[in-house]
Amino acid sequence: MTTSTGDAGRQASKPPLSNLSLADRAYHIRRHALRMGEVQGQGYIAQALGVADILAVSYFHAMKYRPEDPEWEERDRFLLSIGHYAIALYAALIEAGIIPEDELESYGSDDSRLPMSGMAAYTPGMEITGGSLGHGLALAVGFCLALKRKQSKSFVYCLFSDGELGEGSVWEGAWSASHWKLDNLIGIVDVNNQQADGPASEVTGFEPLAARFESFGWHVQRVNGNDIDALVAAFDAARNLNEPKPRIIICDTKMAKGVPFLEERERNHFLRVEPHEWQKALELLDAGRTP
Amino acid sequence: MRRSKYTRPTWLGEQGEGGQGTADKPRLTTSAMIASLAGADQRTKPAPFGNALSALAETRPEIVGLTADLAKYTDLHVFAKAHPDRFYQMGMAEQLLISAAAGMAREGFMPFATTYAVFAARRAYDFICMAIAEENLNVKIVCALPGLTTGYGPSHQATEDVAIFRGMPNITIVDPCDAHEIEQVVPAIAAHQGPVYMRLLRGNVPLVLDEYGYTFELGKAKMLRDGNDVLIISSGLMTMRALETAKALSGDNVDVGVLHVPTIKPLDEATILKEASRTGRMVVVAENHTIVGGLGEAVAGLLMRSGVFPTAFRQVALPDEFLDAGALPTLHDRYGISTRAMTDSIKGWL
Repeated sequence: MTTSTGDAGRQASKPPLSNLSLADRAYHIRRHALRMGEVQGQGYIAQALGVADILAVSYFHAMKYRPEDPEWEERDRFLLSIGHYAIALYAALIEAGIIPEDELESYGSDDSRLPMSGMAAYTPGMEITGGSLGHGLALAVGFCLALKRKQSKSFVYCLFSDGELGEGSVWEGAWSASHWKLDNLIGIVDVNNQQADGPASEVTGFEPLAARFESFGWHVQRVNGNDIDALVAAFDAARNLNEPKPRIIICDTKMAKGVPFLEERERNHFLRVEPHEWQKALELLDAGRTP
Repeated sequence: MRRSKYTRPTWLGEQGEGGQGTADKPRLTTSAMIASLAGADQRTKPAPFGNALSALAETRPEIVGLTADLAKYTDLHVFAKAHPDRFYQMGMAEQLLISAAAGMAREGFMPFATTYAVFAARRAYDFICMAIAEENLNVKIVCALPGLTTGYGPSHQATEDVAIFRGMPNITIVDPCDAHEIEQVVPAIAAHQGPVYMRLLRGNVPLVLDEYGYTFELGKAKMLRDGNDVLIISSGLMTMRALETAKALSGDNVDVGVLHVPTIKPLDEATILKEASRTGRMVVVAENHTIVGGLGEAVAGLLMRSGVFPTAFRQVALPDEFLDAGALPTLHDRYGISTRAMTDSIKGWL
């Protein structure tokens, strides 16, 4: 398994990584996301800012892949179930060198490879078409079964969200992953407690989440999804676990993390940001950057 | 028109009498899901899909079979027995079945996923649409109990499956007639790169088309017999009924041709237009499907768009209703898709 410092090929032009450099990666992911948000003037920016740390740890600590060859057979697969988080994944793929940085100007525009909702056919590095929520984990079961058939050592990471847990197919996938002992599956739940109609804990509620996945036969960890050290430890534990069961990392995150005036908005599932506020957002992000 | 739940069947008589039927009303029972559509003296072949897939898999290592607790009722159990390591029992979870098949297809395998047509069309639609069709993945969805092939009522009768899948881009829809055809469809859809929805007849499946020197070609409609008065355009088991109807009507000096259209999407427009353009023939489209959105409307739309207007155009199809439960022969008569009912309908239209 690739470690944060051991993959010289992947990071040829970048300095060796440490947790500090992971924070730097997360900062850049947030910055790319804000710049894409500015193109449209609105969007799922709060989610992107919220999961930036998770994506930094995924792409720059945990996963193996080749930026120049996104279909490399031995890569780890990253399935984005929550298609509207595409802005976040594009930011990570830009930071990872899979998508050229200048393409962020095309986000959500005509003929762009970066549509508002993530689709496999559009974007290098996008493994599935998400967006119709509840698909990711069930798809992941198929990926994992296929990889096992191929005796592959690759992991399948599947990012889904708390609001999405209302879809029954998530639980079909959760049940099945345990039945098939899919130890190559690492689920990541972004718990930001926001969905379209309000706080996820109020719309239908989703707790006790850890107990639910434990009862489905999963290895469960729950961490602060904006704490990079905690994420690194959780991803390491998930990958190194020697038990024949799927693993899940429940990540409690803060919507719009890193930009205080957006964090404070009560309803930030879909943010509209005034033109003059984008520069302010970038400045605040820069101000809060880990030295 | 649905019956009242508070009215006893009239043939039972008053409460307390036995339920043995009467001389003029024999007691027909609901056909079980594994019942054959074959007539008593009809030639059949067992499990043509399961046997054909098992044989094909010998030379195609990428083929895997998945089901949602219906291996036995989709003939996939034959494959499971022949290739146990390539069989995936996904349990009673159709959304998972389809998604898992999509995931395996993305990783280079060719999944054959089986369930009942109602569950694929209604329950797993979004998953087939987004995980498979939109990505044009190489998944073959093979579904038993298409149209009216069970007496269990609307929960199991996929009377609108073709209408549902016709609206889905990228997907190929195949509706084979008999065992002879199913055996040929399996390698043909495996050779086709892309998603396929196949309506499956299972169990002891009638054997008919071998007598017509027929070979299946994906996307091709074929004339099985010529006739000057009526052209029946049909798919699936209705082609079997069309051939029987043609024989019956020949006794009345009505000359009936039968054009078999096993691939409903994409439609073999050239052949249909060529045959429907021939002057002096009534065109009758016969399908084991609701009159809404199936082969009949596909053909009607094609003819209208192309400026082809036959002497008359009629449809033999199921009504736009939730159908009754009961015994299959009764229901086929009641809803007009038995040979007898179809023959009577065409006579009435002439």
